[in-house]
Amino acid sequence: MIDLLVLALMLAGALFMLVAALGIVRMPDVFMRMSCNAKSVIIGLTLLLLAFTLHFREIGVGSRAVATIAFIALTVPVASHRIGRSAYLRGVKLWDGTIRDELGEALEAARKNGENDADR
Amino acid sequence: MSVFWGNIFLPVVWMALTGKFTLANYFLGFLISSFALWIARPPGEVAFLVYLERLRRWLDFFFFFLWELVVASAQVTYDILTPHHRMRPAVIAIPLDLQTDTEITLLANMITLTPGTLSLDISPQRDILYIHAMYVDDIEEFRHMIKERFEKRVKEVMR
Repeated sequence: MIDLLVLALMLAGALFMLVAALGIVRMPDVFMRMSCNAKSVIIGLTLLLLAFTLHFREIGVGSRAVATIAFIALTVPVASHRIGRSAYLRGVKLWDGTIRDELGEALEAARKNGENDADR
Repeated sequence: MSVFWGNIFLPVVWMALTGKFTLANYFLGFLISSFALWIARPPGEVAFLVYLERLRRWLDFFFFFLWELVVASAQVTYDILTPHHRMRPAVIAIPLDLQTDTEITLLANMITLTPGTLSLDISPQRDILYIHAMYVDDIEEFRHMIKERFEKRVKEVMR
């Protein structure tokens, strides 16, 4: 019974990882790639670690799994925010279908007012 | 604050008294000292009840976030696996009511952690957060949604 549950969790986790990988290929621009892949990886990893914990049923494995999930959940958003932000400020183009860009408008307005945005 | 430190320190005294320095004994000491502090002070100032209330709020926050995560990843997964792109992405400015760095960090990380949204930048005055979102039907509505659902929750757990 518990083996089936472990199996299901591992399959679901691997599937999420696969979807994340496909997302990198399928999405049309950097920002959308960043916003769909990292999270699917977290969900996938959480499911896999949950499966390990259920399989081994030891407190040492469980605590390490929880700590790993916590650290991944802390660091991944920082990394994807950094990549997205530097891509944007570097002038990477948004996808054609983007309906509005309020950051671009704000930066443009600041430039017109002669503000120095070099510190960004 | 003194109640807080008392609650941290008194279990150590308890461990010294009983002579057993284990984690379980620390928690037993924690419960006993909480009870002692609860007797000694009027309610409201009592750390133990405050902890419980705070724990409830964090759990609330956690499950709310888990739900958001599931809904958003289902949406993104569907779009990745089907041939058509249904995205209507936009970069949106969210005016912030949050003030401290911790609160802003928590909100920005939550937004980045939810599939389909990504926090991009914050204004130099720290009053506007710029986010990139993948499914925006109406910009005003989306702004309102982020403020009402995410920012309000962050405020609730942090204050």
